[in-house]
Amino acid sequence: MRVNYAQAMARAIREALVADRKVFLIGSTFAGLSVAGRAAFATLFQEFGDRIIPAPISELGLAGAATGAALSGCRPLVDLGAGSFTFQAWAQLVNEAPNIHYMSGGQSRVPVTFYSLIGIRGAGAAQHSHRTQAMLGNVPGLRLLLPASPADAYHLMKWALQESDGPSIYLGHSLLLDDEEEVDFSAPALPIGKARIARNGRDVTIVAHSIMVRRALAAADLLAARHRIEAEVVDMRTLSPLDRETMVRSVAKTGRAVVADESHFSFGAGAELAATLAFEAFGYLKAPVYRAATPDAPIPFSPPLESALVVTPEKFAMAVLAVLRREQA
Amino acid sequence: MANTANPSQRIESMLRIRRFEEQVVRLAEARAFPGHYHVYIGQEATAVAVCETLIPEDMIFTTWRNHGHLLARGAGPNRLMAEILGRATGYCRGKSGTLHLSVSELGAPATSAMVGGSLPLATGAALGLKHQRSVGIVVAFFGDGALDEGASYEAINLAALWKVPILYVCENNSIPPEKRKRGQYPSSSLSAAELVDVPRALQVPSEVADGADTDGLLACFARLIGEVRRTGSPRFVEVRCTRWPGNRMTWPELIGGECNLDWALGVRPEPPELATWVETSDPLLLYLRRLVASGQLTQQEAAAVDARVRDEVAAARHFAETSPWPNEAEARLGVYAEGGQP
Repeated sequence: MRVNYAQAMARAIREALVADRKVFLIGSTFAGLSVAGRAAFATLFQEFGDRIIPAPISELGLAGAATGAALSGCRPLVDLGAGSFTFQAWAQLVNEAPNIHYMSGGQSRVPVTFYSLIGIRGAGAAQHSHRTQAMLGNVPGLRLLLPASPADAYHLMKWALQESDGPSIYLGHSLLLDDEEEVDFSAPALPIGKARIARNGRDVTIVAHSIMVRRALAAADLLAARHRIEAEVVDMRTLSPLDRETMVRSVAKTGRAVVADESHFSFGAGAELAATLAFEAFGYLKAPVYRAATPDAPIPFSPPLESALVVTPEKFAMAVLAVLRREQA
Repeated sequence: MANTANPSQRIESMLRIRRFEEQVVRLAEARAFPGHYHVYIGQEATAVAVCETLIPEDMIFTTWRNHGHLLARGAGPNRLMAEILGRATGYCRGKSGTLHLSVSELGAPATSAMVGGSLPLATGAALGLKHQRSVGIVVAFFGDGALDEGASYEAINLAALWKVPILYVCENNSIPPEKRKRGQYPSSSLSAAELVDVPRALQVPSEVADGADTDGLLACFARLIGEVRRTGSPRFVEVRCTRWPGNRMTWPELIGGECNLDWALGVRPEPPELATWVETSDPLLLYLRRLVASGQLTQQEAAAVDARVRDEVAAARHFAETSPWPNEAEARLGVYAEGGQP
């Protein structure tokens, strides 16, 4: 079945609502500003009106309320809006929900799913373009789900709503909502915490997640066509749990790695991945690990300025070539 | 909803909290546990009056000043005291300490030590109970300082918009004795003339109660909890408590020594500020005095209850002090509910 990313999320949410009355939604802007995405959710909202709690502009209160509802035995999905808005919810999102199971000595479970749309989305400028995965990755107790494809948009949402026993944040990407692919919903999914080899290759490994998987695949096509370089692309799918093993195994094969991350360069998610490779794959590396990330500047408004900071497939390809040159030098 | 306890049980419940907290102060003085802590001395009637009106399906949310609420709800002194000392036998396996103590089986599943942090959680729990069509309601206990935080406004607004069954119990313990009269002193740090102006602006019916008047609190909570249960919508009450003088210091101190029941019956404690507090503001001793005066409880009966509770608390101290420390491996366990490992 051919579906887009937003439709795949809506399908997983619908299935969870049907399967379990304890599932309900707080808020309703899951598709952000995407027209196709909003259409995907419109029928869902019609069908399950009584299971969708209308939400004021109150991210802190909503994040805490969803956590509290999970404590009372429900499995809520709460829409926190754009990645940048989660900062309004930070105290509840990082200092309440992820601590409760641990602080209670295992007495209490908090099966809440937080949702937000991250990413440099075009014209979002400094205050509507955040990628929050690096900051959230430093919070023990919180699962970080970062689907890069419609299939994972479905599977990761389904896992969060129907299987998870603790707090998860589902970080959708604004620019992926309209992406389409053929998905066989009856096919078994990779388990949670397993990375996916999105493209096989022998020359270099590109470790990516979220929108960077799409760009890495485009870069790999460019490299194959222009330079006969075969890049392997690893889609991490989740940053917590973090599948270090698959990433290291790929680098053991290729000997070279580019870590792709839409976070800012310094202390980004890519820094953790690169550090893992530097330590665990040291013996396999033929060249230093390269980090492709958003430069350390707030995101500007003007389109040419914004583009200057976006890591495009072309910039990726140059990064890969730099890694290969570094090895020759 | 009727009150379910008799006066003797109430005195026992309040005394259990008083003697437990005194023991906590003693343990802190003996450096039996590190870090800061907070005691509930002087506020006992509030927790006791609320909890006797609750049913097992109800949930409560408390704060860093949680011992009294949890004891009133029925938590075992042994496992509470063990948790305060950081022992493996504590309710939270030594991971919470005094500040974040929770007892899930009693409907107190998460305790935030962040000012205002528990109000959104409590409000969401009420939403969850409503969604599950539970007969239960939620009581959120917090101090006047919580209203300094934005989280409280968001939470109360959500409760009013969503119409969820929650009673907000704001225990305003910032009031000095000389300003106990209504309206003279709303809080230590809020610019509102009255704390209840805040929830009232959000259309939550709100009232003020006297934290030293046990009978008044019993009637107030029976009525308000009944209203919350019947209407499924929020209520707010500010309980005005006068801070126990031992709480004035950076670290709590048993000024005048452990509470003496004879202080209720004519013996004057020292220092004078304690005597004034006992005379005007101590809910436990004022209630005891009224019960003895009206013949509902004899001095001998009160002394017997006290002896029993003291034994219980001494046993809790012994249990805690002789309990093992958690195994070092425990520090990395229970981060995630599934599987237990990252």
